[in-house]
Amino acid sequence: MVFDGLLFYDETTDLVPRLAAAMPEVSLDATVYTFRLRPGVTFHNGREVTADDVAYSITRVLDPETKSPGSGFYTGIAAAQDFIDGQADAVSGITVLDPTTIQFTLESADVTFGNKMALNFAFIVPKEEVERQGENFGHNPLGTGPFRFKEWVPGRQLTFERNPDHFVEGLPRLDRVVIQVGVEPEVALLRLERGEIDLMGDPIPGAEFARIKTDLAWENRLTSAPQVSTIYITMNTQMPSFDNVQVRQAFNMAIDKNRIIQLPGGRGTVANQILPPLTPGYDQSYQGYQYTPERAKQLLAEAGFPNGFTTTTECIAVDPQPKLCESFQQDLSKIGVTVEVKTLAASTVIADGGTAGKVPLIWSGGLGWIQDYPDPDDFYTPILSCGAAVPGGWNWPWYCNQDLEAKAQEAIATPLTQRRLAIYQEIFRTLMDQAVWVPVYNGQYDIAHSAKVVGGVTDFAHPEPTIRYEYLAKQP
Amino acid sequence: MVAYLLRRMLFAVPVLFGISLITFVLIYFLPADPARMYAGPNASVEAVNRIRTQLGLDQPFYVQYGRFVERAVQGDLGYSYQLQMPVIDAILARFPFTLQLTLAGIFVELLIGVPAGLLAAVRRSTWLDGTSMVAAMIGVSSPPFWLGLLMLYFFAFRLGLFPLGGAGTWKHLVLPAVTAGLGGAGWYARMTRSSVLEVLSADYVRTARAKGLAGSTVLRRHVLRNAINPIVTMVGMDIPWFVGGVVLIETVFAWPGLGRMMVDAILTDDVPLILGTVTFTAVLVVVSSIIIDLAHALLDPRIRLG
Repeated sequence: MVFDGLLFYDETTDLVPRLAAAMPEVSLDATVYTFRLRPGVTFHNGREVTADDVAYSITRVLDPETKSPGSGFYTGIAAAQDFIDGQADAVSGITVLDPTTIQFTLESADVTFGNKMALNFAFIVPKEEVERQGENFGHNPLGTGPFRFKEWVPGRQLTFERNPDHFVEGLPRLDRVVIQVGVEPEVALLRLERGEIDLMGDPIPGAEFARIKTDLAWENRLTSAPQVSTIYITMNTQMPSFDNVQVRQAFNMAIDKNRIIQLPGGRGTVANQILPPLTPGYDQSYQGYQYTPERAKQLLAEAGFPNGFTTTTECIAVDPQPKLCESFQQDLSKIGVTVEVKTLAASTVIADGGTAGKVPLIWSGGLGWIQDYPDPDDFYTPILSCGAAVPGGWNWPWYCNQDLEAKAQEAIATPLTQRRLAIYQEIFRTLMDQAVWVPVYNGQYDIAHSAKVVGGVTDFAHPEPTIRYEYLAKQP
Repeated sequence: MVAYLLRRMLFAVPVLFGISLITFVLIYFLPADPARMYAGPNASVEAVNRIRTQLGLDQPFYVQYGRFVERAVQGDLGYSYQLQMPVIDAILARFPFTLQLTLAGIFVELLIGVPAGLLAAVRRSTWLDGTSMVAAMIGVSSPPFWLGLLMLYFFAFRLGLFPLGGAGTWKHLVLPAVTAGLGGAGWYARMTRSSVLEVLSADYVRTARAKGLAGSTVLRRHVLRNAINPIVTMVGMDIPWFVGGVVLIETVFAWPGLGRMMVDAILTDDVPLILGTVTFTAVLVVVSSIIIDLAHALLDPRIRLG
């Protein structure tokens, strides 16, 4: 809202220039990205944006002092590591060519760099404001975005006002956006029904959703769109029983995914693979494992467990997740596997998942991987690569395959073409053959709003920024 | 009196020290990683490790705790990871709301609980006694979250008499205070009843009656005055409960109090904020118990502080 990046997404998941005047010039080997800035764009304090601001913003994310969670996305810039380690005062891979041109040189080819420049971590901030306000900048943000930050009342609300000088003609359409925080979804829904608010940011509570979905009065007040996420069960391939691929395959056939989806109110679609349908590289022709408990039982017997075994799953203690865990617990009992369901705080589940040999099964619901950017690499490198199978990492199956690593290296250096996607399809097919996850379902956004607020489906629920406030309008 | 206060305050030091140490140990040995929670699920392992170093979370236990104590004695409770502001500022921003809800809640408890208990005691073993004690049981056993949602649904959503949660005006305060008060009033009613019954059978009450004093005067001057001590003690125990224990009420009414902030801090592993709010709550408990002792001394001339 308050900030812009050099690039952003259109109403689909295609990158378009935002603060950049055009898409970057990329060298043939995908290691040098040159961006030209859109002329005449000013920060909310009136100063014009220059290439120095871009260099400052990206360097700031890399600076350990900033403690940015997103620093990992930009360590591929040449000599970024030297800067992080304190061996250099600046990042030599970031070069300001002239006040409106900036060049990024990468250590190795990365065709997803454009996506990384569209992440919120790469949004452009004005140096003088950040330095003047220090740690307080986050409470008083100032950027180039469609809305200006007005006020923050801790624990209660945030107010944003229209930026009349925004560089995109006709945007934003709303004069003011007030975001109320700390309101329970049940109460937020009551406020919406009474007309006190226009849009509900939280998911609609399960019980209410069932009512709303079939209520004609809600027909034009409910906008649904697929979420680019996969909810899954991870199986720790390093632990007994699950070190046997047949056991993992049997689990893939034993779980009734349709029934699980019905529990949170039918919000989602059955997943048969790791990538969600909206991600490039999604394999239309892939059939996956079918729900065949008989075959699962047989496979388990072949694996040496004719009488099943006993194991444990972790699951976060937030409604409705424990119910979903109990659903697959019941499915697995039918093939002789007794599963103990442990419901824990999210932070504990994350810590246990990142500890070698700790948990055999984890239900990812409520923790599920929601992509950073629409590229198949985002479902490999951060969560299924060897580099993520480390303590504190996100590769909870602890599966590491050097062949796949080599393929992923090749893919990330291959510009987004059929060839590149074909490599990813090979990678994800192998991962499914190895059955490191049981992909269960792909999520869905259901945004409840008043009839007065108008906008396209992707303005209410865009796969990337979720709600595109600047495109929404309100009728009197 | 001054010596008494000084002694109580001196005694508070080891209490606060102990509470902060226990809290710190619990967080430290919790199987969760504060650096990962700070960084969010999508951060790379390297980024999480860098953040861990920056926050000093890679230091040994005693170094981390030592740092906390060193700063805390200077009035600095650290910097919240999630709120990105000094912990003391975050607490002070929320404290006025907690104080409002505490005072209003206790007011409702006393307003309903004491008369109900008194009535039940005076009309012992009548339908009045039975009804008020059953009502007290219902009040005590109603889950506050459910009660709060019902209140919101009827009085705010249906009738539109009060706002649908939030804070700011006295109207915002009514429903959360009544919800908290209804639950607590049951305890006060039961306590008042047994305390009054005890006093009613005392010799001096019989004497007062024998002197020919009017029933209401006996009740006011002799019974209530003597039965009030346990009620004052209960108010003292209520204050800390309101500070940390009304989380559910704060949550359902979107009331920006300390309890909800503390729960959020625990869920996000915000170590400085957890330590800060727990220590602050402990200070409040100590202070409120001193105030209650002083109140006892004022109300009951037999009690001497010293």
